[in-house]
Amino acid sequence: MTETVLTPPSERAARKAAPGEARAPRRSGRRRIALPYLLLLPALLLELLVHLVPMLMGITMSFRELTQFYIRNWSEAPWSGLDNFTVAIDFDAPVGQALFKSFLTTCLFTVLSVGLCWLLGTAAAVFLQENFRGRGFLRTLFLVPYALPVYAAVITWAFMFQRDNGIINHVLHDQLGIGDSPAFWLIGDNSFWALLVVSVWKGWPFAFLTVMAGLQNIPRDMYEAAALDGAGVWKQIRHITLPSLRPVNQVLVLVLFLWTFNDFNTPFVLFGKAAPEAADLISLHIYQSSFQTWNFGTGSAMSVLLLLFLLVVTGVYLLLTTRGRKATDV
Amino acid sequence: MRRIRVAAVGAVTLSLVLTAAACGGGSTGGSGSNEQPRTLTYWASNQGASIEVDKKVLQPELDKFEKQTGIKVKLEVVPWADLLNRILTATTSGQGPDILNIGNTWSASLQSTGALLPWDAKNLEAIGGKDRFVESALGSTGAPGQDPAAVPLYSMAYALYYNKKMFKDAGITKPPATWDELIATGKKISKDGKWGIGVEGSNLSNNIHQVFVLGKQHGADFFTADGKADFTSDGAVAAVKQYVDLMAAQKITGPGNAEYAQNQSLSDFAKNKTGMVLWQTASATFKAQGMKDDEWGVAPAPVPSGQPGAGRQTNSMVAGINLAVFKNTKNIDGALKFVKFMTSDDEQKTLNKAYGSIPPVKTAQQDPAFSDPALAVLRDTLATSAAALPQVPEESQFETVVGTAVKELFADAAAGRAVTTESVRAKLEKAQQQMPKK
Amino acid sequence: MSRHVQPVPRSPMAAPRSFLWTRRIFLTLLTTFVVLPVYVMISSSLKPLEDVSGKFEWIPSAITLRPYVDIWETVPLADYFVNSIVVAGAATVFSVAVAIFAAYAVSRYSFRGKRVFTVTVLSTQMFPGILFLLPLFLIYVNLGNATGIALFGSREGLILTYLTFSLPFSIWMLTGYFDSIPRELDEAAKVDGCGPVKALFRVIIPAAKPGIVAVAIYAFMTAWGEVLFASVMTTDTTRTLAVGLQGYATLNDVYWNQVMAASLVVSVPVVVGFLLLQRYLVAGLTAGAVK
Repeated sequence: MTETVLTPPSERAARKAAPGEARAPRRSGRRRIALPYLLLLPALLLELLVHLVPMLMGITMSFRELTQFYIRNWSEAPWSGLDNFTVAIDFDAPVGQALFKSFLTTCLFTVLSVGLCWLLGTAAAVFLQENFRGRGFLRTLFLVPYALPVYAAVITWAFMFQRDNGIINHVLHDQLGIGDSPAFWLIGDNSFWALLVVSVWKGWPFAFLTVMAGLQNIPRDMYEAAALDGAGVWKQIRHITLPSLRPVNQVLVLVLFLWTFNDFNTPFVLFGKAAPEAADLISLHIYQSSFQTWNFGTGSAMSVLLLLFLLVVTGVYLLLTTRGRKATDV
Repeated sequence: MRRIRVAAVGAVTLSLVLTAAACGGGSTGGSGSNEQPRTLTYWASNQGASIEVDKKVLQPELDKFEKQTGIKVKLEVVPWADLLNRILTATTSGQGPDILNIGNTWSASLQSTGALLPWDAKNLEAIGGKDRFVESALGSTGAPGQDPAAVPLYSMAYALYYNKKMFKDAGITKPPATWDELIATGKKISKDGKWGIGVEGSNLSNNIHQVFVLGKQHGADFFTADGKADFTSDGAVAAVKQYVDLMAAQKITGPGNAEYAQNQSLSDFAKNKTGMVLWQTASATFKAQGMKDDEWGVAPAPVPSGQPGAGRQTNSMVAGINLAVFKNTKNIDGALKFVKFMTSDDEQKTLNKAYGSIPPVKTAQQDPAFSDPALAVLRDTLATSAAALPQVPEESQFETVVGTAVKELFADAAAGRAVTTESVRAKLEKAQQQMPKK
Repeated sequence: MSRHVQPVPRSPMAAPRSFLWTRRIFLTLLTTFVVLPVYVMISSSLKPLEDVSGKFEWIPSAITLRPYVDIWETVPLADYFVNSIVVAGAATVFSVAVAIFAAYAVSRYSFRGKRVFTVTVLSTQMFPGILFLLPLFLIYVNLGNATGIALFGSREGLILTYLTFSLPFSIWMLTGYFDSIPRELDEAAKVDGCGPVKALFRVIIPAAKPGIVAVAIYAFMTAWGEVLFASVMTTDTTRTLAVGLQGYATLNDVYWNQVMAASLVVSVPVVVGFLLLQRYLVAGLTAGAVK
């Protein structure tokens, strides 16, 4: 259980690999050295082409004045030094202020969404751990939101959240009588909650799936031993299940965090090109600052800042969780 | 060890080559060539009820063109949601269609990128000259003082559509001609879950069209004569407030309209829940919603007082679609021929009839098909009392930021928050600060 | 190598009432939450247009199959379907193949730069899509101009893009899975005279089937649902479903019933395939990602 996933699998393998290498017949030394690189080559080329080089270009763009006047021949766009960055982080000016607000909104949104996804996923997986009638059906049903294409799922939610004609207000207002007048969900302050609901609905089955997989690695005799000691179900969950899931959670939370923070499809399909202020997530905000206003320089600068932030958070997170684990696991 | 270094050097070189290739930019050459004289690619905007309908309308005409000239036209109907992004990426890469439809309000913005072929005297001559087009439509083809970036293809204007049954039920005999009358009429209708007039509060472009016209009526433009953003003048603030007040103060617009962005106000109209809408060519939609042609009427959009006309009597923006030639075209002669074909009298009549719009070509406009009462209102509006949206490079930013400001004000109004001159001014102030500095 | 699909029962003791009731209530609420949109989707797809543009009703006033007929007319849905299947299918096949090779290298060999490789690949998960949408488009266009291979606007370009999108997660998951396969197995194969590549095909791949299926599902779904890149990189003839669905919201109208019907039609193949293969997904994740 001390093996962790995110501190790369490579390392685990590396440790195991050493003796294996030694045992392998020493036929052609040069070929053996070249082989791993050959195996990696396709992946490397693809990553370079689709991820790394475009990203380097994106970073270059962030140092240029790439407005509509220059997009046609952007290698001739004037260099603007750090101008795009100063505009983006000048929190006294409207552009910087809006970006900062959007950043805070995204942070809050991500924390809530990841938290709820994790909670629902874990609870459902734990409740479905034991066999009972209908368990297989529920397990299948719970995966449906994950399997639906994003566009189809979110457009349905947009349909449901309409103020006058949507099912949500039909239930809340008409049938349960909550509130004096039907609430707005797609504009105004409530839009934040609408977005959260959709995001959790889409995201929690992944947590469910992962935790379910994690549960299978808990040795059965641990439960049996606990039962012999007289521990009830709740106690078993608290003292065996949850602690054993810790390595799973470490990965799960990080992956959910990155996906949620960068999520573009959900707000874009739900709100269209201009999200309400309360639900102005950073990815949509950047899209608006570049594609809608044709200022790709500033948009790129904002993306670079976002990337830096995510790198730092991930680094710190891995550092903290791995160290914490080492301390408790031993 | 050496191998690794070689691999690393290789990877770095490769990425440099790729970057260099990409930095080369796609746009070489000034104004097109004739390398591929047999084919053309045409991006059409989605004008009909669906993309498939558009293909059925356009394909026979393109076949006709092929028969006349031997040039094969490859048609792609691009949905509105994608059109501007597609044009942007085409502009950046130089890899685009030969001819394309653009919303006429985008003309100046796209013109400033240098991606479109300027219609200088020589090019205009090739399609029969500038004088074939209606004056107002030409006003929306690019920045003043420069060669147009596009030529008008379809024209539309705003008009007041009213629900005859609801008018009759409320005892109203004639459609309002001024804003005061409109509010009085609206108040008579607005009760028991019915509302006077519908708006599309979350549709940024529609918001812009409406407040632009109201701005004209208050004597305000949203840009100064030298092209600087000027959103906070008293006239502009009054215009925006007047529009939002339909919901906030006059209460003749249902609060639910604040979130409308997909023409829900037209379904409300068809369902006898909303008495009036200000719209451009709504007839096809009414039909799709199950409304008969004699169940609705059309009147000119309201003015402060008197008759629609120029200046403060403006009651519509010049709406429409322009046809542009992409500068990188490899078949410039063919492209010009195609534009000439599409703006010819016959094609103008056929296409505008199919789409319910008005031909911007004078001679085609005389066709009796365009003088039925509904279209006559639109035609007269275009001829006498429509004004073009500001023809400045920052037009698309203007639509985004001011359109969003109006959307947020509607959201405030719908939530029951007060909309005051100060709050309107503050929103517009914020919008103005988001505009690029000159 | 114990990869049971059946979960481990927690305790031989009978569960207390408090637990059973909590479970019952929780699962009921969760089921409602999950099912609600699905119900709305199905019921709205059977309503006439007037009904869906009016107030929501639980029970349709009239049931019509019209939307299911109309969807093929409004938008060339069948063409989009073919495009999506080709693009997502090819992206999946290639992505899985590339990931298998890479994961094999990472799992079985120690070599210089391994750590850099894994960290870099994983960190691509942090790139905001907006940052490289435009550059990627430019690269494709210029590669096309230089080599004559049409990458932008073609299925090939989209396949290339999507296969790379799912690559990092796939490599990472498969590496974990391969690690869980005892090295003695490939050693034995090598003793039998298999070279490393043969050992991969003879031993590792068969043993890693659940992991490979899990990765394939992930790759397929990534490609099937992507909107942003597809909206810019496709043309009329190569447009995928995710973008094509937006065609039901036109300039003048939103055909909600058709949107719902089309969404269902589009979802059914993926959902069915997904659910059929779900046991592999759990098994694959079990050994691969979450050990």
